[in-house]
Amino acid sequence: MFHRYAALSSPRHFYAVAGAWLPWLSVLTVLGFAAGLYWGLVVAPPDYQQGEAYRIIYVHVPSAWLSLMAYTVMAGAGLVALVWHVKLAEIAVYECAVLGAWFTALALATGMLWGKPMWGTWWQWGDARLLSELILLFLYIGVLGLHNAIADPRKAARVASVLALAGIVNIPIIHYSVEWWNTLHQGATVTRFDKPAAHSSMLWPLLFMGGMFILYFSTVLLARIRVRVLEQEADRQWAEEVRNG
Amino acid sequence: MMGRIFAAVFRREVRLAWRRRGQLLQPLMFYALVMLLFPLGAGADLALLGQAAPSLLWVAALLAVLLAQGPLFSADLEEGGIELWVTSGVSLSWLALAKLIAHAMIVSLPLILVSPILAGWLGVSGEALGVLAISMALGMPVLCWVGALGAALTLGLPRGGILLALIVLPLYIPVLMFGAGAVHAAMEGRPAGGALVLLAGLLCLGASLAPLATAAALRISQE
Repeated sequence: MFHRYAALSSPRHFYAVAGAWLPWLSVLTVLGFAAGLYWGLVVAPPDYQQGEAYRIIYVHVPSAWLSLMAYTVMAGAGLVALVWHVKLAEIAVYECAVLGAWFTALALATGMLWGKPMWGTWWQWGDARLLSELILLFLYIGVLGLHNAIADPRKAARVASVLALAGIVNIPIIHYSVEWWNTLHQGATVTRFDKPAAHSSMLWPLLFMGGMFILYFSTVLLARIRVRVLEQEADRQWAEEVRNG
Repeated sequence: MMGRIFAAVFRREVRLAWRRRGQLLQPLMFYALVMLLFPLGAGADLALLGQAAPSLLWVAALLAVLLAQGPLFSADLEEGGIELWVTSGVSLSWLALAKLIAHAMIVSLPLILVSPILAGWLGVSGEALGVLAISMALGMPVLCWVGALGAALTLGLPRGGILLALIVLPLYIPVLMFGAGAVHAAMEGRPAGGALVLLAGLLCLGASLAPLATAAALRISQE
C-alpha cells in the first residue's frame, strides 16, 4: 500500500498519472460548475429578505471555504516537505499559495460586492469574517513573497513551508482575536445575516457548489504541479522523453 | 551540560548587547520619535490623542520591535556562528531558546520601561498606565519571537527588511488587538484582565513554539 504512494510521489510517475486523470477531472469540473451555477442562480428560490442579491453566496461562501482549505493543504504539504523532503509536496506549497490567494481575493471581492447593497458600504470594519479574510490574504502574500525572494526552488519551498506552518498556528488565533475585538469595541451592532437554518432548497446548491470548488481546486492544483514538476526536472531523462513526445 | 550551554549563549547575548549600548537605545529613540510625530500630525487635541493613545503606543512599540529584528542573526551568519550552532550537535532549538529569551529581554525591557512615560505624555493616567506596562511585558516578548522567526526565515536575503515586515506584521495582529484592547478597557473603567490573560496565553504559546520554528528556519538557511 505504502509503496504505491511512494511510487506516486516520484515526479516521473506523478506526471504520467496526473496526465491521465486531468482530462476527466477537467470535464467533470466544467459540467459540475455549470450545473451548480444553474441550480444556485436559477433554480433556488429568492431570499425573503434579500431578494435575488443573496445569490452571490453561491460563489462567495465556497471561495471563503476554499481560501481556508487551500491554506490547510498548503501547511500539510509544507509539513511533508520539511519532514520527508518530498519534491512534489515542496511544489504543492507554492501552488497552493497561488490558488489560495486567488480564492481569498475572490471571497473578499464578492463579500464587498454583497456588502454594498446589504450594509450600504463596501467595507465594514465590524465584520470579523471579512477582516480575517483580508489578514489571510496578507498571510498568503507573505508566503508567496518569501518563496519568490529565494532563487533555489527547493530551499524556497522549505523556507515557505516553515512560514506556512507558523501561519496555520496563527489562523485560529487571528480569527478569534478579530471576533473578540469586535464584541469588545462595539457590541453586536453588525448585521449578522440570519444564520439559523438556511432552507434546504438554498443549502443544497450551496453545498454542491462547495464540492465543485473543491473539485476545481484539486484539478487546477494537479495541473499546476504537473507543469512545475516538468520545469524543475527539465534536465532529467524522463523530462527529455516527454518533451520529444 | 545543557544548562551550561544555555547560560553561555544567554550571557554572550547580554554581554554583546551591553557593549553596544548605543544600538540598544536606537529602538527606544525610534519609539519616542514616533510618539512625538503623532501629536504633531494630529494637532494638540489632548482628548483625541488620549482616546487613540493605546493604539498609537502599541503600534509604535510594535514597529520599534520589528526594526530591532533585522540584524538579529546577520552578525552570527557572517561570523559563521550559525554554522557552528548547526554542526555542534547541541539541540538547535535549545540554543535558539536561549538566544530568543535574551533577545526578548534586551529589546522589550527598555520599551516596556519607557512606555508609561510616553503614555503620560499623551494624557493617559492612573490604572491604565499599569495595565499598559503589564500588557507590554506580556506582549513584547511574543512580538520579539515572531520577529526572530521572520529574521531567521529572511536570513541572508537581499532586501530582506521589507519582506520581513510583510511576513511578520500579519502575525502581530492578535498581540496588538489584545494589548491595545486591554489598555482601552482600563481607560474606560472596564476590566482588562481577560485580554491580559489571553496575552499571557500567547506568551506561553510563543515560548514553546518559536524556538522550534526558528531552529528549523536556521537549519534550512545553512543547507
